[in-house]
Amino acid sequence: MTTLTIDKAGPTRKTKYGSMSRDRAWALRWSYFFLVIFAVFFLTPPIYMLITSLKTSAEISAATNPWWVFHPTLENYIGLLTSNQFLRFFWNSAIVSIFVVSITMLISVPAAFALSRMRFWGSTVLGTGVFLTYLIPETLLFIPLFKMFAVIGDVTGIQLINRWYVLLIIYPTLTVPFCTWIMIGYFASIPKELDEAALIDGASWFQTLTRIFIPVALPGLIAATIFAFTVSWAQFLYPLVFTTSTDQLVMPVGIITTLIKGDVFNWGQIMTGALLGAAPPLIIYAFLMDYYIAGLTAGATKG
Amino acid sequence: MADVALQSSRTAGTQTARKQSSLRSVLNRKSTIAFLMALPLIVLIATLVIYPAFYAIHLATLNKSMARFIGLGNFEFLFKRETFWLVVKQSCIFAITAVIFKAVIGFIVAHFVHNIPAKGQRKWRGMLLVPWVIPPAMSTLAWLWLFDPSYSAFNYTLSFFGIGPIPWTGDPYWARFSVILVNIWVGAPFFMIMYLAALKSVPDQLYEAAAIDGANWWQRIWYVTLPMMRNIIAITTLFSLIVTFANFDIVRILTAGGPLDHTHIFATWAFRVGIEGSDIPLGASVSLFMVPILAVAAIFILRDISKRGNEA
Repeated sequence: MTTLTIDKAGPTRKTKYGSMSRDRAWALRWSYFFLVIFAVFFLTPPIYMLITSLKTSAEISAATNPWWVFHPTLENYIGLLTSNQFLRFFWNSAIVSIFVVSITMLISVPAAFALSRMRFWGSTVLGTGVFLTYLIPETLLFIPLFKMFAVIGDVTGIQLINRWYVLLIIYPTLTVPFCTWIMIGYFASIPKELDEAALIDGASWFQTLTRIFIPVALPGLIAATIFAFTVSWAQFLYPLVFTTSTDQLVMPVGIITTLIKGDVFNWGQIMTGALLGAAPPLIIYAFLMDYYIAGLTAGATKG
Repeated sequence: MADVALQSSRTAGTQTARKQSSLRSVLNRKSTIAFLMALPLIVLIATLVIYPAFYAIHLATLNKSMARFIGLGNFEFLFKRETFWLVVKQSCIFAITAVIFKAVIGFIVAHFVHNIPAKGQRKWRGMLLVPWVIPPAMSTLAWLWLFDPSYSAFNYTLSFFGIGPIPWTGDPYWARFSVILVNIWVGAPFFMIMYLAALKSVPDQLYEAAAIDGANWWQRIWYVTLPMMRNIIAITTLFSLIVTFANFDIVRILTAGGPLDHTHIFATWAFRVGIEGSDIPLGASVSLFMVPILAVAAIFILRDISKRGNEA
């Protein structure tokens, strides 16, 4: 495998002996050179976040080299992590994400099972419909949804706008279609003989799902879970539209609306908040990178 | 067919009725269970996606207080406004430029990652995907700080090369550039991952054959790599076109549509008009203009998928 990959690296049309390996070495060197440049481009903002988060306000506004921390301090972190407001945002985000992930899995796993293995009237249309739903962006739906929930509040008296739990109803529209879609792909790749054997042994459909499909398709399930979590953690538009009181906000919106006060930008705290807001997805990514990437590519390649 | 036979044999012991009717009842039961399993999904899509989509069309035909039906009045009003045409133009520029650069950068980076020895690839791939993992709202804040008018770290660095302070978000044209740059930064890693997966699926024999035929690196890319990756390139580009066209977070945080509405795209303008300006019908009308391009992209993607389904 390794040798084959290197083989492709260099042009092979030179006639001089010994030049092939030299060309390969040069191609490799150029690859590394450009990769470093791209890595710098891709990693500058997160690294700059970290640099700024370690500075005091005085150092941020001083005319020193912005790329270096001269007096590292943790006061921004301490300030945020002891602020009830910030912890409230974190808590709201965590609760919303955990509930949304559970709801998504409860809806999409059985649905994907039914759509991939059990034919029923309209199941093929529904399969395509699920995919199309995934293509409808949230920016198209936020205005009618806002009005819908306002009307529900007027008619039934159930106040949903400006409550964090309204997000539990809305977020699944973002996560369920994609999760169902990739679970259909994973379930479809399980050999038919496996569930036939289960049925012969007297398993019900439900048992086939829980005993055979979920364990076998576990990597897919993990990928879908990660996706659902990342999407609900990162969502910005819906909480911005549907929640306004500071005690109902989730992380991204909370950081942007409360830390930016008028024209006074407390950049040290903003960057710390942004870094803490980015931390959960980054940590999950660091540990479960392969599942993350599998889920990412499954969406398009398995289609 | 096999399922049916197994089902009936399993339940044969308890069923005393004729074979034909027991088969039918089993079939019925299976499809009923399946339907029930998919029911939450159907309800969710119907009430929270399809209904709002049609509700948006209904809303777009109402006047500002939502008391009176005015037909296409909102659209007439939009067509007369210069800002609307500015938004149309900007949305197209934004989406097309960003997607092209994302695709090109993704392709180049994927090649470099593919070139290096396999054991280092995982590390590089992991590092290069970071922009895609960070919530866009959070990373855009970092960019906002990098573009800060008075403390911009970019301007500090550029000043050593004698390049004067650049008004990253202050000047209309620079602001458009900045918004597109951030979008490329967020989206390029996604293309990189997709293309890398596609590159790995190209059989090595094809490259060997091309090398024997005397193809140089450019010919190998043009005649081997690109045709083999055509499907992935098409589907990723269409996906990204939809997402980029409907983007909200980046523009909202970086410029909020300013300076002088010169970076507004459909989503941010719909938000400004519909939620902040509390003219919900007009906002709904603006966001409906995203539908045509989404529909076109969706048709292409769907065609591609059904084609692949037939091949399989």
